[in-house]
Amino acid sequence: MILTEKLSKKFSLGRKQPPVVAVQDLDLDIAEGEVFGFLGPNGAGKTTTVRMLTSLIAPTSGRAVINGFEVGKQDTKIRQVVGILTETPGMYDRLSAEKNLSIFARLYGVKDVNGQVEKYLRLLGLWERRFDEVGGFSKGMRQKLAIARALLHQPKVLFLDEPTSGLDPEASHLVRNFIEELKSEGTTIFLCTHNLDEADRLCQRIAIFKGHLITVDTPQDLRTKLFGRQSVFHLRSLDPNWIPSIRALNGIKEVQSLDNRLVIKLDNPEEQNPAIIRKLVELNADIQFVGELRHSLEDIYLEMINA
Amino acid sequence: MIDRILTIIDKEWSEVFKNRMVLFTIVVLPLLFTILPLASLYFTKTTSGGDLTNMPAQFALACGGMAPQDCMQVFLVNEFLLLYMMMPLIIPITIAAYSIVGEKATHSLEPLLATPITTFELLAGKNLAAAIPAVVATWGCFGLFLLFLPLTGASSAVLAHVLSPTWLLAILVIGPLMSILAVNFAVMISSRVNDPRVAEQLSAILIVPILGVLFGQISGLILINLQLVVITILVLFVIDIGAIYLGASLFQRENILTRWK
Repeated sequence: MILTEKLSKKFSLGRKQPPVVAVQDLDLDIAEGEVFGFLGPNGAGKTTTVRMLTSLIAPTSGRAVINGFEVGKQDTKIRQVVGILTETPGMYDRLSAEKNLSIFARLYGVKDVNGQVEKYLRLLGLWERRFDEVGGFSKGMRQKLAIARALLHQPKVLFLDEPTSGLDPEASHLVRNFIEELKSEGTTIFLCTHNLDEADRLCQRIAIFKGHLITVDTPQDLRTKLFGRQSVFHLRSLDPNWIPSIRALNGIKEVQSLDNRLVIKLDNPEEQNPAIIRKLVELNADIQFVGELRHSLEDIYLEMINA
Repeated sequence: MIDRILTIIDKEWSEVFKNRMVLFTIVVLPLLFTILPLASLYFTKTTSGGDLTNMPAQFALACGGMAPQDCMQVFLVNEFLLLYMMMPLIIPITIAAYSIVGEKATHSLEPLLATPITTFELLAGKNLAAAIPAVVATWGCFGLFLLFLPLTGASSAVLAHVLSPTWLLAILVIGPLMSILAVNFAVMISSRVNDPRVAEQLSAILIVPILGVLFGQISGLILINLQLVVITILVLFVIDIGAIYLGASLFQRENILTRWK
C-alpha cells in the first residue's frame, strides 16, 4: 500500500549554504490495512516524509508508491485516495463545523456530501454542534473535526500526524478508539506520534526515524531485540545464595536481584519459567507472583535514538 | 473542475462576508463613492460655471459648444469616473490579499492543498471570489448613480456624457480588467508574505496609478477620452494575461508550505 525506495528530501537554504537533508534513503513497505507507527524526535523529518507521501512536496530522489500511484507522477490520484490530519489542523474558524466538512467533501468529489458529513459529525460526537462556528470549538473538538475532514472521502490510506496531541484523556481515548475502528475496517494508517504508549497500543509495526530509518519492527520484536526477554519473580524474601543455583539452569542469560524480586533474562520464558519455579520451590523460596518484565516503548525509543 | 472552483468561491464568500470590515469595504465604500458625485452634482447645479479658461485647456476644448456650467459638471463627473475605476481595485484587494496568507496563518492551506484540487482550480476560485463582488458592486453602484443622476438636476449634457462609450467602456470593461489585475497582484503578494495586513498594504500599491491619472486629469496633463480608454483596455488586457501567468507560476505549492512559514 505504501512503498518507498531510497526516498530522500533535501532543502536548499541558498547558494552559500549546503542543503539540509531532511529525509535520507527511506525504505518502507507498509501493507494494506496496517497501522504503522512513525516515531522520531522533533525535527527528525516526519512531517516532511508525510508531505512527500501525500504528494504535497516532491522528493529530491528515490521513489514512493501509494496505493499503486507513484508520487510525482500521479499526484492528483494519490490525493484522492489519501486522507491527512496535519500536526496543526487549521479550520475555517468563521464557518460552521458542517460547512467546513461540506467544503472538503465537495473538493474530494464525495457523491453524498450531506450523508458523509452527517455520518462523521455523528461518529465523532459533533452533530449537536454542527451549526456552531469552529472558532468557538475546544482543541479536542477541532481535532475531532479535523479527523472527520481527513476521513470524509473514505481514504484508503490515512496519515495522522499527532492525532491526540493536546487532547484531554477522554478525547484521546475517543480518538484512539476511532483509530482502532478504522484499523478493523482495513484502512491503512500511517501514524506519527510522540505518544509512545499510543503507538505501542495501536501499531502493528513501528519505525524509529531520525533523518534516516533507524529501525522498523513490531513493538514486541523491538523489545526482544533490544532487551531480550525477562521474567520477574516476586518472592516473600530473597536469599542472595540462591542466585548461583538459578544462574546454573539451562538457557539463563542473566540474573539480577532487586529488593525481593529476581529479574531473569532468558531465551524462552514459556519453557524455562517452570524449571526456575521448581528450583525456587526446592530452595524454599515463597513465590508470590511471576510475570514478564515488559519494557516500555519509551525505553526502546530512547535506546534507539541515543544509540 | 467547475464544482471545485465553485466550492472555493463558496468557501471564500462564506468566510469573507462574515467579516464586517470586508463587508464595509464591499458595501459602504462603493455607496460612498456613489453618493459623493451625486451630492457634488446636486450642490453645484446652481453655481456658475465660471470662465472656461479656469479649466484645463484640453478639457475646455473637449467641451466644445457646451455651456460653462455644463462643462464644469462634466469635468467634475469625469473625476468621479476614476472612483468607479478605483472600486474594482480596492474591493478585491481586501478579499484577495487575505486569500493565501490567511490560509497560511490559520494552517488551513495544507489540508486544502492535500485535496485533489489543482493549482488552476484553486487560483481561479480565489480570483473569481474576489473579482465578482468587486465588479458587481461597481456595476451596481454605477446603476444607482445613473438612477439618481436626474434627481441631482444635472443637465442632459452630463447624462449624455456618463452614457457615452468612454464611460461605458471604462465601467463595463476597464472595471473587470482592473479587478483581475488587482486580484492576481494581491494573490501573488499573499503567496509571498506571512501577514494578511502586509499583503493588503502591499497590494494597495495598485491604486497609485489610478491616483496618478486622477491628478493628471485635474492638472490638465491627461484627458480621459475614448482613445485613452481603448488604449487602457488593450494595455490592461495584456497586463492581465501576464499577471495571471505570473500568479500561477509563482504559486509553488512546495515553497508555500515549506519556506513561507
